[in-house]
Order: sequence, then C-alpha cells, then structure tokens
Amino acid sequence: MAQPIARLEDVCVSFGERVVLQNCSLEVPEGSIICIIGLSGAGKSTILRLLDGLLLPNTGHVYLREHDICHMRESQLIEMRTKIGFAFQFAALFDSMTVGENVSLPLREHTTLSEKEIHEIAMHTLDSVGLAHTYHNMPSELSGGMLKRAGFARAVVTNPEMVLFDEPTTGVDPIVTHLLTDTIKRLRKQLNSTAVVISHDLQSIYMMADYVAMLFEGAIIAYGTVDEVRKSTNPIVQQFLQGSEVGPIPL
Amino acid sequence: MAQVLREVEESPAAQAVERVSVGVLASIGRRVSDSFEYMGGLTILTWETLKTIFRLRIRFAETLNQCYLLGYQSLIIVLLTSLFTGMVFSLESALTAVQYGFGSFVGGIVSYTVVRELGPMLSAVVVAGRCCAAIAAELGSMEVTEQIEALKSLGLAPVRFLVVPRLLALMIMLPLLTIFADVIGVKGGQWIAYVQAHIGTQDFMASARQTVGFEDVVKGLFKSLIFGIVIAMIGAYQGLTTTGGAAGVGKSATNAVVTCIIVIFILNFVMSYFLYAGA
Repeated sequence: MAQPIARLEDVCVSFGERVVLQNCSLEVPEGSIICIIGLSGAGKSTILRLLDGLLLPNTGHVYLREHDICHMRESQLIEMRTKIGFAFQFAALFDSMTVGENVSLPLREHTTLSEKEIHEIAMHTLDSVGLAHTYHNMPSELSGGMLKRAGFARAVVTNPEMVLFDEPTTGVDPIVTHLLTDTIKRLRKQLNSTAVVISHDLQSIYMMADYVAMLFEGAIIAYGTVDEVRKSTNPIVQQFLQGSEVGPIPL
Repeated sequence: MAQVLREVEESPAAQAVERVSVGVLASIGRRVSDSFEYMGGLTILTWETLKTIFRLRIRFAETLNQCYLLGYQSLIIVLLTSLFTGMVFSLESALTAVQYGFGSFVGGIVSYTVVRELGPMLSAVVVAGRCCAAIAAELGSMEVTEQIEALKSLGLAPVRFLVVPRLLALMIMLPLLTIFADVIGVKGGQWIAYVQAHIGTQDFMASARQTVGFEDVVKGLFKSLIFGIVIAMIGAYQGLTTTGGAAGVGKSATNAVVTCIIVIFILNFVMSYFLYAGA
C-alpha cells in the first residue's frame, strides 16, 4: 500500500447529541481510488468534509500529508483546499454563472493566468468530461448527469492532489453511472491524483476502487482491496454487499 | 402541616403549574440564549466583512453588479414612496399651517422632516423589504444547495465573495437613494403645498433653505450609511445560517426583513437622539 496522502486518526464527530463518527481512523493511500461505503446517514459525507477541512472533528486528528488540518488557521485551510478538489453530490454549481465560468472560477481566483489561458484550460477540462459544448450554458440547462460531470470538471480544473467525490453516481441511470465511473477513473489517471469516492453503487465501486472502506456506526469496520472486502467474513459487510434485509444491520 | 404541604406539592395541579413554569422559564432562557447567539454571530460576520474590506480584498465587478441590483433597481420604489409621503405630509400640514397663519413655514417643516427622518428611514425600510429578503433568500438557497460549501472547497471565502460586494453596494447606494428620496419628497410636498394651500414655490423653498442646513443632509446620509450596513449584514447573516431546505430559505427571508425593519426603527431613534436631540 502506498504512503497515505491523508488520514483520520481517532476522529469523533457529533452534531448535537447525535454521534456520527466515533474513534474513526482511515488512511487514504496516495495515487489510489478509495471508495467509502456504508448505510445512508452513516457519516460518509462527513468524512469527505473532514478531509477538506470544511468540518473539524470534536476530537481526533485529520492529516493531509504531515499537516494536521485541525490546527490550521482559516488562511491555511483556504490554501490547503486549493490542493483538494470536491465534487458535490448535486454538483453545487453556482447558478448565477455559466458552466464555463464555474469551471474557470478557481483558475481566475487562484492563478495569474491570462483570460485566454483560463478559457483554454476550462474548455479542455470540460472537454475531458465530454461537456465542451456546454461552456456557455447555465447550470439550470443541464441534465443531472451533465451537472455531475460539470462538477467534476470544476473539482479537477486546478490539478488537485486529491479529489473527493460525494455520491457521484446517485440519481442517474445505469449508462450515465458507467460514464461517470469511467470519468472518475480516467481523471484520476490523467491527473495522477488520489480519489476518495462515496458511493452506494457496488457495481461502479467494483469497477473503479483500489480500496474499499466500510463505515458502520461511526467507525470503519472493513478496509482493504475490493476482493478483500468482498471476501470479508464480517456479517455486517456481507449483509450490506448482498443488500439483504436479514442480518445484524438494524433496519 | 408537613404532610399537608407534601400532599399539595404532589397534587396533579401543583405538578402541572410546575411544568408550565419550568416550560415558560426554559422558553425565555432559550430565546435569550438564541438572541445572544444571533448578535454574536452577526457581530463576528460584520467584523470579518469589515476586515476584508480594509484589506482591500474587493471584487469590484461584482460590487458594481450589486450596486445595480440592490441600488438602481430600488430607485423607482424609493422615489414613489418618498414622493407620496412628502405629498401627504404637506397635505396634512399645509392647510392647517395656512389656517393659523404659518404658511411660510410649511417648506421648512416638510423639508426638515423629510431630510432628517423620512428620507433616510423610508428609503431604508423600502430597501430592507426588497433587498434584505433578496440577500437572505439568495445566500440561503446557496447554503442549502451546498454552493457556500462549494465556495469554501474551492478555497474562496464566502465573506469576500458574497458578503463584501453586497455590503459595499448598500453602503454606496442607500445614501444615494436617500438623496433622491429627499429631493423628490420635498418636491412632492412643495407641489401639494402650492396646489392645496397656494403656498408659492419660492416661499416654500426659501423656508426650506432657512430651516434645513447642510449638516442636516449629512446627518441624514450618515443614517442611511448605517442602515445600509444593517440591511446587508442582517440579510447576509440570515442567508448564511439558513437550514432546512426551501422552507428554511423562506423563513430566513421573512426573519431577515422583520429583524431588519425593527433594527432600523430602533437605530433611527438612537441616532436621532445622539445626532439631533442629544446634541
């Protein structure tokens, strides 16, 4: 396993009285695609927000390389986030801007590139997700799958070291799911970056994941390659992978 | 005696009274705590916004855009409100003043009131109704659709990106709107004074010039500046703290307008006291 680019160490997160993560530890190996699976509301998206510094844990540590995110100042967090891309579940494109402006925004704000160069890079990035023709469209004019791909383009336009994908295949048809999964694999390879993917779609996970982590009741209960997790003897993991109603997972 | 007291304490009626009392106290406590949390959050956001402005981290194009959206697009409604308020104020005062032989003071009375109070207040209330709700709803919908989080994830500060342009726009545009409101309010009053009470234009304006000084205009504009800050910050704070989807956005917009108008009225009194009466 490669050196971790990011890791959670004994992280606890609670919202009010609801405990979401409890002594949760996870390593994200550099250059790999790691998929986090788990029940709805298990805290998977919370892990992504921790990795991006959008949320700080109540206790524990979150490291990006050797830097502890929990002790960073806001300005350091902002600097750190420029190295991480985040593709949101519903894309979260800015609806007052065109798709092209959305994708150009990080370049315009964080680089000294000329407008021509910014346009070229944004167009190239949109092209890599098959959306070059939507440059001048508003987000409201795109379908769900196109929105997600535009979100991918915005997340990767600055060549981040790590890209976080929050449920990229939720709510789209099987063909688009396949397309999105393929896009994630291709982008990771093109950028030579690391990807952390939250997904419920087991087929796409088996297609793209190098490692799989299963989150249950606030902690990682299974972690390994796809084969290792599929062969896990943990009844909770097996029930989840089989999608069975019968088993130790309370419904 | 002790037995009787214990029986009274344990009676269902006494327990019900205790439950209600505790409930009322808890509710009061929660409201007080919420108010402090609100004021604290608003103060921190205002401080962050002012710090960003002083560091000159300003998006000028977006600020101009907000000047158009929040200021220019409010012009007609501000002018109409001010015109009719000036007219009705003149209507009420001119006839009575003439009846008692004070016709020559009508211009002074109308312009004095418009420039010191009605111009800044009405402009602020109208802009609060239109813009505070718009800011809260826009930022609120961005919050619930994860666009604010997306901004942060791109390494962009929502304060600089969203709040600063709106604050600057209102700080610039509300005093400008107030100048227009002052002029149109006085002109409306002058016209009605002429039509209803036959007070000549020159008499009206002479009285106005004699009564209203440059200092009054400046103080009125200072009030507008403060109201602009209040409208932008309350709208932004309500928007950025929105939770609960579409219903939450509606609630934020309503709360923003209600809070803003109440604060404007209170602040207007406080500022009038210190700027005019207190002095």
